[in-house]
Amino acid sequence: MSNVVIKIENVSKQYRLGNVGTGTLSHDLNRFFAKALGKDDPTMKVGVSNRLDAVDGRYVWALQNVNLEICDGEVLGIVGKNGAGKSTLLKLMSRVTSPTIGEIKIKGRIASLLEVGTGFHPELTGKENIYLNGAILGMTKKEISSKFDEIVDFSGVKKYVDTPVKRYSSGMYVRLAFAVAAHLEPEILIVDEVLAVGDAEFQKKAIGKMQSVSRSGRTVLFVSHNLTAVEQLCTQGILMQNGMLTMEGKVHDITSAYKQMSVDENELRRSGTRVIEFLEYKMTNMNGKTVDEVFLGDDFMVTATSKANDKIDFCDMTLDIRNDSNEFIGHINNADDCFEIKNISKGNITTVAVMVRNICFSPGTYYISLWLGNSYGTFDYIENCIRFTIKQGDKFIQRPYPFDKRAKTVLQSTWSFK
Amino acid sequence: MNTLNTDLQSNILPDEWTMILRPKRNLLDINLHELWQYRDLIMLFVKRDFVSKFKQTILGPLWFIIQPLLTTIMFTIIFGNIAGISTSGIPKMLFYMSGIVGWTYFSTCLNDTSQTFIKNASIFGKVYFPRLALPISVVISNLVSFLIQFVFLCLFLAYFMINGSDVSPNLLVLWIPFLVLLMAGLGLGFGIIISSLTTKYRDLTHLVTFGVSLWMYATPIIYPLSEIPEKYQLLVIANPMTPVVETFKTALLGVGQINYFHLLYSFCFTIVLLAIGIIIFNKVEKTFMDTV
Repeated sequence: MSNVVIKIENVSKQYRLGNVGTGTLSHDLNRFFAKALGKDDPTMKVGVSNRLDAVDGRYVWALQNVNLEICDGEVLGIVGKNGAGKSTLLKLMSRVTSPTIGEIKIKGRIASLLEVGTGFHPELTGKENIYLNGAILGMTKKEISSKFDEIVDFSGVKKYVDTPVKRYSSGMYVRLAFAVAAHLEPEILIVDEVLAVGDAEFQKKAIGKMQSVSRSGRTVLFVSHNLTAVEQLCTQGILMQNGMLTMEGKVHDITSAYKQMSVDENELRRSGTRVIEFLEYKMTNMNGKTVDEVFLGDDFMVTATSKANDKIDFCDMTLDIRNDSNEFIGHINNADDCFEIKNISKGNITTVAVMVRNICFSPGTYYISLWLGNSYGTFDYIENCIRFTIKQGDKFIQRPYPFDKRAKTVLQSTWSFK
Repeated sequence: MNTLNTDLQSNILPDEWTMILRPKRNLLDINLHELWQYRDLIMLFVKRDFVSKFKQTILGPLWFIIQPLLTTIMFTIIFGNIAGISTSGIPKMLFYMSGIVGWTYFSTCLNDTSQTFIKNASIFGKVYFPRLALPISVVISNLVSFLIQFVFLCLFLAYFMINGSDVSPNLLVLWIPFLVLLMAGLGLGFGIIISSLTTKYRDLTHLVTFGVSLWMYATPIIYPLSEIPEKYQLLVIANPMTPVVETFKTALLGVGQINYFHLLYSFCFTIVLLAIGIIIFNKVEKTFMDTV
């Protein structure tokens, strides 16, 4: 069993809402007397799941009963919506603030990167800032000196290293700052969203650097809204919701749960003139049974019923299929099969059935968007209204292990010796 | 049951974890060892303060000298010539300057450290390092400017002696390093207490700036200790800065009162103040991000 390097036990963190400055002294006195008399703190609400929208409490729990063990060498991605408590958790671990309840035990040197360029002083030169920032992040002067050239090379601002950073472009500033942070060598590294800096090339470099850090066996905790980066970097993941840790496991399971959560919470996005509109739609198997799961290579039906609110000469219908990273994977149109929908009179209700044959997308979760319209415009468009999963099975391909998730489509092949 | 288990475990394997973060820690759990590990950072902060202060100025470090010099001239005109306050026969310029140089060190330490949490909230909110590193670096960088001013004061003194003024620096100058320590300790102690309290109650920031300048008048800077009327004597002596400044002036100028008992009082005061300051600071630094 691997070694546990971070152990979070029953941690909660409470924040006070509103203006802390007013009425604090009376609060404090109130608390003080209550404590002195051995009563419960009158100003504190315990055990209530009062999130930001709860109006009754003056206090809010940013984290509640978080328990987590992180092992040596694990690269853990933390995902969740804004306000789910991810950053609070990182702040507690990086010792910026203390938990209200519970304990965090840490083994080894820890460095946190909650922001790039913390403590950069605009008047100081690039070189002076490298030393200052490095020291703030916990390096000694000696360590920084030994890595100085590497840092400068990585940042690509060699020419300007003796210029005050206030004269830097914002890109140069950020690159220099990230370069310092990237050369930290702690046993545990905590990273919050910092990859969202610089141009595409630099981001690639930054992700590469992070990967090499994680490959060197160090423990990395990574918070990001960039799920692709999380999937690339991390092996394990946790999902935070409303200050609670709701899921723990392999990173792909976590990110897909998170994506699913986002879809569920978004209302269906629907647009169009509604000259003709969808009344209902469903996905069924070939026996007419509604399903949300098919095997690779299966056929399935999508049936959509629509009502015309006016007379229509002709109309097209399409199905767009997107994967869970919102990439456009498949497109189906009635013209593909020389099928025509035309001369619909007002009030008519039409049901159209589309059979999709031999689905060959890589196993995973997909969303179908339905569109009705013609060359003059959109009548009705419902985004990602049908969700379904493709399972690998053994009908289409026979490999006994999971298909490589990086590939988007699965091709059938025949093998032989010649 | 659960907590019991945890306690047991941590008792059995106390060394297993490098760090345990708890909601509350012992008041006296002050990690000076960690502070020492961050000594490079302290020195880099000192350098930062020093460099950034004089970037894009023409006169640069000359400002260290201009400030006390102009204040001395002001005091000479107002308190010496217009108000006619006695300087115990010492040349007025010299008398005021020696007081100002000492006082400036104390007051800048106090003013600057009292802003620690508020001014550095953005750094403190993002990364951990021993928070005491910042006020200590402030005290050190102010020490540098004090030394420059002190050298200037000595040159000034030498000039007056060559011109035959009746001043006699004496062996008491050996006390000066100790006096400087007291000034630094008092400034730091008051400063960190105030900075800890200002995270919640901002009122103190308004008080500090003018409070310190009022305090100067309760310290024998512009008047000799011997000139104080009987009824105010206690007030001035209760001021821990009084013996420090008075000894400082006596050592350099040869005229004044030196009372080792009062010095001992200042010393004890400083130690107690620093201890209280560090304890409060240590308690506040853990959660101040939530209130600042």
